This record gives sequence, structure tokens and C-alpha cells, in this order.
Amino acid sequence: MAMLVLSGCRKDLGPEPEEGQPVPAETLNRVSGFFLLNEGNMNMNKAALDYFDYGTGTYHSDVFSKGNPGSSGLGDVGNDVAVYGSKVYVVVNVSNKIEVLDARTYKRLRQINLDNCRYITFSGGKAYVTAYLGVVGDPDAPQGSVSEIDTASLSITRRVTVGRQPEELAVVGGRLFVANSGGYSAPNYERTLSVIDLGTFRETKRIDVGINLHRVRADAYGDLYVSSRGDYYDIPPKLYVIDTGADRVKTSFDLAISDLDISADTAYICGTAFNYQTGKNVISYTMLDLRTERPLQRSFITDGMDQPGRITMPYGIAVNPENKDILLTDAKDYVSPGTLHCFGSNGKLKWSVTTGDIPAHIAFLKKTQ
Amino acid sequence: MTDRKPVFSKILLFSMSFATLMAGRSFAQSDSVQRFRQLEEVQIRERLVPELRRSVVPVQVLSGLQLSRMHSLSVADAVRFFSGVQLKDYGGIGGLKTVNVRSMGTNHVGVFYDGVQLGNMQNGQVDLGRFSLDNMELISLYNGQKPGLLLPARAYASASAIYMESRRPVFEGRLARRYRVALKGGSYGFVNPSLSIEQKLGRRISARINSEFLNANGRYGFRSRIGTTDTSAVRQNTDIWSVRNEADIFGPNDSLAAWHLKFYQYSSERGLPRAIVSNRFEARQRQWDDNLFVQGKYRRQIGRRFAWSFSGKYSHDRLRYLDPEITTDAGFLNNLFRSDELYASLSSQYEITGFWEIGLSGDYQLNDMRANLYRFPYPSRQTLLAAAVSRLQLKNFLVEANLLSTVVDEDVQYYLQANDFRKLTPSVSFNWQAVSEVPIHLRGFYKEIFRMPSFNDLYYTFSGNSFLRPEYAKQINLGLTSANNLGSGVLRTLDAQADVYYNKVTDKIVAVPGQNLFRWAMINLDEVEIRGLDATLRMAGQAGSKLDFTLLFGYTFQKAIETTPGAAPGQQILYIPKHSGTFTASADYGAAGLSYSFVYTGERYAQKANIRSNYLQPWYTHDLSLHYRAQSGRRLLSVNLEVNNMLNQQYDVVKNFPMPGRNYRLGLSWQFDHAKRETHGL
Repeated sequence: MAMLVLSGCRKDLGPEPEEGQPVPAETLNRVSGFFLLNEGNMNMNKAALDYFDYGTGTYHSDVFSKGNPGSSGLGDVGNDVAVYGSKVYVVVNVSNKIEVLDARTYKRLRQINLDNCRYITFSGGKAYVTAYLGVVGDPDAPQGSVSEIDTASLSITRRVTVGRQPEELAVVGGRLFVANSGGYSAPNYERTLSVIDLGTFRETKRIDVGINLHRVRADAYGDLYVSSRGDYYDIPPKLYVIDTGADRVKTSFDLAISDLDISADTAYICGTAFNYQTGKNVISYTMLDLRTERPLQRSFITDGMDQPGRITMPYGIAVNPENKDILLTDAKDYVSPGTLHCFGSNGKLKWSVTTGDIPAHIAFLKKTQ
Repeated sequence: MTDRKPVFSKILLFSMSFATLMAGRSFAQSDSVQRFRQLEEVQIRERLVPELRRSVVPVQVLSGLQLSRMHSLSVADAVRFFSGVQLKDYGGIGGLKTVNVRSMGTNHVGVFYDGVQLGNMQNGQVDLGRFSLDNMELISLYNGQKPGLLLPARAYASASAIYMESRRPVFEGRLARRYRVALKGGSYGFVNPSLSIEQKLGRRISARINSEFLNANGRYGFRSRIGTTDTSAVRQNTDIWSVRNEADIFGPNDSLAAWHLKFYQYSSERGLPRAIVSNRFEARQRQWDDNLFVQGKYRRQIGRRFAWSFSGKYSHDRLRYLDPEITTDAGFLNNLFRSDELYASLSSQYEITGFWEIGLSGDYQLNDMRANLYRFPYPSRQTLLAAAVSRLQLKNFLVEANLLSTVVDEDVQYYLQANDFRKLTPSVSFNWQAVSEVPIHLRGFYKEIFRMPSFNDLYYTFSGNSFLRPEYAKQINLGLTSANNLGSGVLRTLDAQADVYYNKVTDKIVAVPGQNLFRWAMINLDEVEIRGLDATLRMAGQAGSKLDFTLLFGYTFQKAIETTPGAAPGQQILYIPKHSGTFTASADYGAAGLSYSFVYTGERYAQKANIRSNYLQPWYTHDLSLHYRAQSGRRLLSVNLEVNNMLNQQYDVVKNFPMPGRNYRLGLSWQFDHAKRETHGL
């Protein structure tokens, strides 16, 4: 009983310690730092936004909580982060909201509610956000939607219905391309990109690509790189290249895509495929030359960190637009804090830091902003 | 809140008529109540003392009056008071409640109702929140396994076991029928009427039917820390209704023969409340359950040395899950699961000499499952269990050993089936009273056992992995036990037990990420080592002629560390506190009684890493209840008033699933007996 009484009281943990993790500082001309969004596990309310400051060489964890004391947190399952102008936009899936923060102070400017929101992109002063269902609670409405948000007023201005469970989206030449997945109705997946005219905000056509689409990234040549997750059983994952001039598939690669980032003429890809026979994940790191549309023979990791076991679950990838450093996250077992690795453009590990749970999405903050 | 009014006004009406009934009656009759109660307790104690003393494994028992006083609605609430048990509770009356014994995980706990195991092949877990205490006479927890022979082979096939026993009708004299009508009501729109009729059918045969209805809106207020702010809200989608019907026929129950037939039916509909997270409190998911089983047991002694017994069961379970937040191309996500179990067990016991007995048991079990899921393989599993047991009982030394053989044959209609499996697992246990004059017994056991992957582990679309192997648990336990009747002083009985143990769980079945977050997969991965101490102390006595009291202390220490290669060292596994404990005090004065209980769970972590962001505060609740039993002739009236979580502590057992604060319950029950009519002409 004495032990119970002694250890019985609830401790006040106090505020989180302020000091971040030190990393070698670096002076860059255009980039001041980057945000990293940790998704956090469902029901844990543990989405967390970290910020790395190149000038001071400090990795700050959970800056949302520090910038917004007394808030209910960033929320449950962060799904996307982007910087546009002087603001950072965080899409929080299960919490049904987009948090718009001041990129310098991390203070909340506006919380925009949007059920089941997934990914965000920007064009001409507007943000475009996909949502799995256009209407939640209508049994006859399995379609998803894209909402347009005015980045000045921070309110939803227009909405368009697209395919079922849309994921990523990208703007090329005044048109918005949205990946439809159909993930709620396996095996009846969607296999198209919805094309939306940004002027009328109407879906003008659908481009047949492959089942269960996910990532959509544009290169400098008017091509879209679109990933298909396959059906996890018989149909393998693929990466498709779409020519937006002809609105059709140009070529494809047999690649599992966890995440990819396009920087100049190169796509950096990390992928994980689960092998049913061995019960193990097969990890791959790939670079594509976007001019020739062929895989490069070298890897962006050259120091052996790509050997099995060194990185458990590569999950998010981003390339620093200035020094071409490659940032690669390891989500490990998804239920423990992850790691962010920074590789130099020579493929050698420069530094690593501990992140929150499921480090996933990275957005750079430019100095001029 | 308006829908609570009718319930309370009904209760008020009842209590008023009760008060009128009680007024003017002489106090003398409370003596008879007390005598009746003491008799009951003495009978149960006579049965329990040898078991508590001579058990080769740790056993904890809650019985009779103690159970009825326990601020408990369901079996789940009662098992909180056992040492070494962590209850996983998602909150509210309808919330899933499962137990984890000595940190080995819920799937390693066997739950037996009237001697036959309750199965759940779908996920391997039994929701103890669904078993009402209304009907229970005894709940016991055995670490390792229930000792003894003439048990089904299943009894040896789990790492720990909870036994629930329903009350047997007892008719004295010419009594032929007993009615019991009860009504409970309380906070959150809770109303729970029940009816039980016991009928004497023959000299040694009786029957009982028992029906119960439960309804609650479950809308409790809570204050929860979300992020860095405290939020107050009302729990949503926590409504439940359920109906339970049981019918039993009890045959004789003595050393020569015994039999018992049981029918059980349960139906319910409930909302599934979600985790409270930033910007999201509401939930719309719903679940419907239908469970039905019939079971029978028969035992017979043939000659002086040989006995055999048979038990059998058929059960059918149906579960429907509706998620209106997911719209598929065929409407809302609507999953239907159906499963069946057919079970038969034969066991025998033979006494070789006065001190040496051996036994053999064989069980056959057939399980199948159907579901309207994409790529569902329609699995069925046949399990053949055989157990050989030997028990050597010398004057001060008892040793029991058994060997269990498991053969599992798995079949699927589509896709990949799991591997067939066979395994031999041993267990050995002893109890030794070193010094005859000192009433302290040393006991210990070693047991190897495993749990088979559930159908969900193996076959659930997108996460199931049919290559799974069973998950193993090894247990070593050493302890002291003492159960004493001290005579007629203030302190009349003193039971104490303390055990230290080491468990190792290997090939633990866990979910790991596959291709992406949508594609988790079950694999055999983790290893956990658990070192622990369980201690309980129970004291009961009498002060003066009218005051009876009972004190119960329980303490649990557990160091449960993940030892998977590559895991961070020294991390306590999720949701297991290092320290936890309970304290219960109850006192009866004449017909009235008061009971207080305290449950403490120390600090825990909600995920693997023992870091600040996963930290969960300790929680401790104080519950108080008042009861009054009045007997007049063949009528017994009892009233029970409970205040639970008196200090209104806000806490989560499972992170972001807030538990109810202070809440009230009032229970009334009226029991009356019918004597058999005198037959004319006699």
C-alpha cells in the first residue's frame, strides 16, 4: 500500500523541453529550412510538425505545439504538408482539417475543416485539396472531391466531384490532374486521373492509367509521374508517365513507390514491396532520368546505408532544391519514433535525427518567402 | 438527458414502496438475514479453503456475496480485482473489455463458462463486458491452468484461465420454486431489468431460466487532455441495448454423478465510440452481435477408482459491422461475419493407488467462419487435443504433471491456407507444506503453451498472413500460499498468497507495416520477457455479534520488456504498468452493508517507446456502495446503491478513449420462494 501511495500521484510533466537536436549548420542562399510532418498512428492524436533550421543547425520537434500552446494538437494522422507564400498548410486526415500556420512563428492562422482530406497542391493563389468522400454519410455518394481554398481569405471557394477516394494531385498548364484510387471498394479500384479545368472548375475528362493510383508529380517537360499501388495481391505496383499534351500514358516502370521527389531532371524514388512468401519487405531505391525516361544505374545512397536492415521502412523522400541533399525518412515499425537521414549529393550520410512517429512529408521553406 | 427521467421515476417508485414495506418491521429479522448470509459464506468457504491452500498454481476467487458487493456490472468489472490482471477497457457499458493476464496478451487467456471454454476463433478474445454478474456464483483466475483431473483437454491449453460459474439453485425443505426480479438503473440512461425463475424438477434435478435486458445511452461527460488543452465533451455513439437469455437444467452434483445442460443466447446492438482526437469527437460506426450456444456436461464415477466425463458444445456467432463513414460503390461499408464451433470432450481419471491418480482427456473442435469480405478464404479449423495428466498426492506434497498434444488441421475454400500444426507441450506443478505445523505452502509451476493465430490474424483481407506460426508463452512461477480459519476471534479468516514469476513470449504475433499504411501485415516478430510479482491478502472477521468485515489487498509488479532483436533496450511494453493494486473493504452490520474499493494502475506508455509523448498518467478510482438485505419469511429484498469513481477522476485505460467519471447505480432485487403444495390424500 505504501508503494501505491508513494507512486500514486499524477505527475505534471510540464512543458516539453525547448532544445532541439543539433545538426551541422549550413549556410544556404535560397533555403532557410524545411518542415517535416510526422503522421502519427491513428487514434493517437500524434501528428507532429518538426522544423529544421539550416542556419542554426537545429532540428526542432513538434513546433505546432510550441507555437500554439493550449491547442488540441495538430491532430490525428497528418497526411500532407506544403509551404505556399509565407504560410504552411498541414492536411490532417482523421482530424478532418487543414491547419494553416505562419511559416515563421508556427502560429495558427486558420483551421479549415474538410472531412477526410488527403493531399494539397497550389496554383495561382489557390490551394486544391482532395477528400476521400465528397459527402460523408450518403450511401449513394462514393465519389471523392477536390476543394479549392483561397489562400488570401483561407476559406473554401469551390468544390468539384472527382473519382472515388482521390489521392495526390498536380497542376500542369492550367489543368488539375487528380489520382483516383477507389480504395474503399476493393477489388473495384478506380484506374483514372480526373482532369479538371481550373477556370470552370469542372471535370473535363478522365485519363485511363492503372488501378489504385496514388502519387502524382509533374516534371519540367509537361509529364506527370503517377504511381499505381496495384491490388496488393496479383497486380503489381507500377509507375506511369503521362504526357499531358496527349493526355495518355507514355511509358511505365515496374516500381513500387512509397514516395518520390522530382528535382531538376531526376526523380528520386524509395519503394517497399511486401513479399508474401517470406513475410519480409523488399526495399528499393531508384533514380530516373526524366529526359531519357530511363532508370539511372547509380543509387542516391552510396555508403552502404541501402543494405538490408540499415533503414527499416523508407517512407518519405525529398531533395533539397539548393544543395541537392537527399532527405529520407525511416518510419521503422510505424509505432515508434522514426529517423530522418540526410544524404549528401554524393550519396554519403551527412547526419540523422530522431523524429516523431511515421515521419513522412517534407516541405522546404525558402528565404525570400 | 430527458430520457433518463422515466427510469429514475420508476426507481423512485420502487424505493418508496420498499420504504413503506420496511417501515414497521421489527429489526429482529435482520438476524435471520445475517444467519442466512453467514451460512452462504461458510458453504462457499468450505469449498474454497482446500483449493486456496493446496493449489499448485496461483488461484484467485471472487464468490457469492463478495461478488454482489463488488461495484460490478459485468465479469470484466470483477476481474479488475485480481492481481496480475490488466483490464483493457474502451469505456462505457458497451465498450470492449478484455483481460491481459501477466502481460502475455489477451489471446493467452482461456475463459470458461460452467466448465466449457468460450471461443472466439475470429479474433481469439472474449469480451468479458458481455457477461453479467447477475447469474454468477464464482469467478476464479488460475495462472497456468486449473489444477486437477477430469478436465477437458482445453483446460490445459491456455497460459491462464478464467472460470465463471453460474449459481446452482438450492432448495431447502419443501421449496419448489424461486423467483428473482431485479431492476438496476443509473447514470447515462442505464436500465437493466432481469428475471430469474428456478424450479425444482425432481429430487435432485432443478432448472433455471434467466433473462436480462440492458439499455443505456452511454452519453457520459468527460474531460480529456487533447494536445495541450483540456476539453470537456459528452461521449457520443456509446448507446447499447442487449438481451441475454439463459436456461439451465442442473442434474445431481455429487461425487458419484453430475450433469448440467445450458442454453445461452445474447443479442445486442451498440455504437462504437471513437478515439477523442483534435477536431473529431463524433462516430457513427455500429455493431450488432448475436451469440448462441448450447452445452452439456456429464460426469460419472464407476467403482472406487474410475471416473469419466463428457462435455459438448455447439455455438453460433454472428457479427455485423456498419461504417457509414466509408461509402463503397455498393453503399456503406457493411461487414457480416458468421462463425460456428462444434466441440466435444471426453476425459477420464483413474486412481492407481491412494496417492496416485492419472487422467486422460481428448477434445475435438471444429471451427469455421464466413464473411462478406473481399478475398475472404472461408477457413475452417479442426483441432484435436489430447492431455495426459498425473497427480501424486502425499501427505504434505502434491505434484501434478501433464503433457498436451495439439493437432491442428486448417482448411480454406479459396486462396492460401495456413500450415497444419502439431505440438507437444508440457506443464509441471507442485505444492509443498514444508513444516506440518506451519500453515504455509510453497508452490510452483512451469508451463509451455502457445496460442494459435486467430482467423483474423491469418485471413483478414489485406492484413492476414497465412504463414503465421503460433505464439509461444513459457511460464515459471514460484509462490507461497496460506489459507487459514482462525477460529472465533475478531479475525476469523486470513488468506495470503504471493508469487514471483518469469514469462517469456516468443514469436509474438504483431501487425507490421507492409507496402504502405493501408497494407499492414501480421507476422511472428516480437519477444517479450516479463518478470513479476503478484500478492494478495484477504482478511475476514467479526466484531461484536452483528458486524462482519472483509478486507482484500492486491498488488502487482510487472517488468515487461520487449527483447526482440534490434528493439530499444529496457522499454516496458505498451499499456502495462509497473505497479498496480487494489484494495477492498466491506462491512455488514445486520442487514445493512457498506463496501469500498480502490483500484490503482500506475503510469504506463501507450506505444512502444517509453517517451514523454506516449506517457499515460496513473489512474485510481474509489467506488462506494451501500446495500440492504431484508428477509421476511420466504421473501428477500435487497437494495444496492453504488457511487463509482467517487472522486470523478478523468482517465483513459486506452489512450484517447476516456472513461466515465463519477456515476451512480441503484439496484433492487426481490426474491421470493414458493413451497410445494401439500398433496391431497397424503
